[in-house]
Amino acid sequence: MRSAVALTCCKSLVNSYSMSKKMPAGEQPAIEARGLRKTYGGSRALDGIDLTIRRGEVFGFLGPNGAGKTTTIRILATLTRPDGGSARVLGHDLLTEAEAIRSRVAVTGQFASLDTDLTGHENLLLLGRLHGLSRAARRRRAADLLDAFGLSGAAGRPVGGYSGGMRRRLDIAAGLLVTPDLLFLDEPTTGLDPRSRSQVWELVRRIAAAGTTVLLTTQYLEEADLLAERIAIVDHGRIVAEGTGAQIKSRVGAGTLHLRLLDGAQRPRARQILAGALEGTVRLAADPLALSVLFADRPGAADLGGPAGRAMTRLAEAGIGIADLSLGRPSLDEAFLALTGRRAGAAGEEREEPPA
Amino acid sequence: MSTPTAVRPAAGSDPIDALLAAGRSRRRAGAFAASAAFGLRALLKIRHDPKQLVDSAAIPILFTVLFTYLFGGALSGSAGAYLRTLLPGVLAMSIAVVTMYGGARLAQDVRSGAFDRFRGLPVWRGALVCGGLLSDAARYLFASAIVVSLGLLMGYRPGGGVPGVLGAVGLVLAFGLALSLVWAALALLVPDPAVVIGIANAVLIPVSFASNIFVQPGTMPGWLRAFVEVNPLSHVAAAARGLMNGTGQAAGEVTWSLAATVALALVCAPLTLRLYGRRD
Ligand SMILES: Nc1ncnc2c1ncn2[C@@H]1O[C@H](COP(=O)(O)OP(=O)(O)OP(=O)(O)O)[C@@H](O)[C@H]1O
Ligand SMILES: [Mg+2]
Repeated sequence: MRSAVALTCCKSLVNSYSMSKKMPAGEQPAIEARGLRKTYGGSRALDGIDLTIRRGEVFGFLGPNGAGKTTTIRILATLTRPDGGSARVLGHDLLTEAEAIRSRVAVTGQFASLDTDLTGHENLLLLGRLHGLSRAARRRRAADLLDAFGLSGAAGRPVGGYSGGMRRRLDIAAGLLVTPDLLFLDEPTTGLDPRSRSQVWELVRRIAAAGTTVLLTTQYLEEADLLAERIAIVDHGRIVAEGTGAQIKSRVGAGTLHLRLLDGAQRPRARQILAGALEGTVRLAADPLALSVLFADRPGAADLGGPAGRAMTRLAEAGIGIADLSLGRPSLDEAFLALTGRRAGAAGEEREEPPA
Repeated sequence: MSTPTAVRPAAGSDPIDALLAAGRSRRRAGAFAASAAFGLRALLKIRHDPKQLVDSAAIPILFTVLFTYLFGGALSGSAGAYLRTLLPGVLAMSIAVVTMYGGARLAQDVRSGAFDRFRGLPVWRGALVCGGLLSDAARYLFASAIVVSLGLLMGYRPGGGVPGVLGAVGLVLAFGLALSLVWAALALLVPDPAVVIGIANAVLIPVSFASNIFVQPGTMPGWLRAFVEVNPLSHVAAAARGLMNGTGQAAGEVTWSLAATVALALVCAPLTLRLYGRRD
C-alpha cells in the first residue's frame, strides 16, 4: 500500500524533473527568496529566510509552532510585506509585481477561509466569477471540482455545516478554480483524521503531477518526507537545515540504533559501552529501559551493520541483555532534535536566543 | 510568460488530472464584475441567513413607531401633525444607524480569513467594499420602504408626492453609502465586528439626537445649537423634510447634504483603499 503510493510519487517526480529540463522557463526558480525578515512588535517572526524552490517541485516547510511557516507563506503570497530581504516568485518581484504574482499563485491558508454562510457550490462560483471565468466555464469548473473532490453530495449545503475534512478539501478546491502555477498549502492536514489526511496527500500529489509547484508547510515529519522532494526545517524564523529527506538525515548522522534492555539497572553501563563503540550521541529515552544512539556522520559511512554489530558484541560481552532492537536511518524527528536541540513541536512558546 | 500546458507531464485518466490540465487561464474579473460578484455574495448571505435583515427592519420600525408616539403627542399635539416633521428625519436616522452593519460584515470577513483569500486574488482592491455597498444599497432601500410605509399607515401624507419621496430616499441613500465607507475603513483598522458596532453606536446615537430630527434647535442652549447646525445629519434630515413635504425650500439643504456626502466619500474612499491594500 505504502510502497505503491511511494512509487506513484516517484513517477511524478521523475516526470517533472525530465520535463523541467526541456522547459526554458524551468531554469528560473519558482521561488527565490533572500534574507526575508519580519518583526512583529519586537519579536522576530522571520530572521533571514533564504529559499530556492524549483519549478514543478513539492517543497516541504517543516517546523514547530511559531517557527515562521505561515509568515513565510503570507509574505511570498503578497499578503504581508517583509521588513527586509527580497524575493522573486515565478520570476516576478515580490514588492513591485504583486498583481502578476497574484494571478498565478493560489494560497490555502492554515485556517479555512471559505464563506460559511454560502454553500460549497456558491463559494466556488463566487471565486470563478472573481477569476473572470464565463458563466458556463465557472459552472462546469465548480461542478467538476466538487465531483473530483468528493463533495458533490454536500455541494448545496452551507459550508458552516461541513466537517473539518470536507472544509479542507473545499478550501483546496477553491485554490484550483484556475490551476495555479504555484500553490501554497499551509498545514493542509492539521486536524484531519488519517483517512482525510491521506485524501489530501493524494490531492497534493496529483496537483504536483499536473505541473504546479507546491510549497507546503507541516508539523508532521512523516508528511514532509512522504510528499516533498526537498525539505527545509525552520525554527525561530531561520532555516536550520535544507535538502532532500535523505540529505537532512545524513547531515545529522549515518544511522540510529534503538535499544530496549531487559534490565533498566544496566542502562548507565550500556550507555558507556555504546558511547565508546559508536561515534555519536547516546540519548536516554523516557522509557527507563530504552536508549538510542545517533551515529556520527562520517564520509562513506554507508555501512551501519559493521559498527552496530561491534557495539552489540561488546554489550553481549558485558552481559547486558537486549529485549528489542532496531537499526535505521535517523527519522526526521531525530534530525530535528539534533539540529535544533529540541523536539519538533515542543516548547514552541519559549524562544531561546538562536546561537549566533 | 510560459505556456505551461504543453510541457506538463501527461495527465492521467483521473478526473482531477484532466481538470488541472484544462484549467490554466490568466483572465481576471474587471473592477465592475468583481464588485458585482461581491455584491451578489452579500445578497446570497442574506438569503441563506435572513436574520441578517432583522436589524435593518427592526431599527426603522422601532424608531418610527416609538418616536412618533413617544414624542409626537407631547410636541405637536397630535401624532399626525408631528409626522410631517418627524418622519423624514426618522428616515435619515434609520438609514444612518443601519449603515454600521456593513462595517460589521467587513470586519467579520477580515477576521474569518475570507478577506485574505479575496486579497490574494488578482482583482481590483476596491471590489470587496464596493460589492458590499451594492448590497448595502439594497438594504437601505428595504429600510426606507419600511419607514415610508409605516408613515403612510400612521397617517403621514407626503406633500412632495412620489417624486418628493423618491428624491428624499435617494438623498438619504447616497449619504448612507458615504457613511458606510467610514465603518468600512474602521473595520479594516479594527477587524472585530463587536468593536465596529460599538464605536459606530457611540458616534451615531449622539449625532442622531443632537440634530434637528426630534426637536427644533431654537429651544436648545447655544453650544448644542452650534453643533446641531453643523451636524450633517441635521442637513440631510432637513433636506428630506423639504423634499417629502414639498415645501419648496429644500434646495439649500439638498446642496448642503450632497456636499457632506461627497466630502465624506472623498476622504473615506481613498482611506479604505489604502487600508485594504495594506500588507502587514
Ligand atoms: N499578525 C501577527 N502579529 C503578531 N505576531 C505575529 C503575527 N503573525 C505571526 N506572529 C508571530 O510570529 C511568529 C511566527 O508565526 P507563524 O504564524 O509564522 O508561525 P508558524 O510556523 O506558522 O506556526 P504554527 O505552526 O503555529 O502555525 C510567532 O511567534 C507569532 O506569534
Ligand atoms: Mg502557521
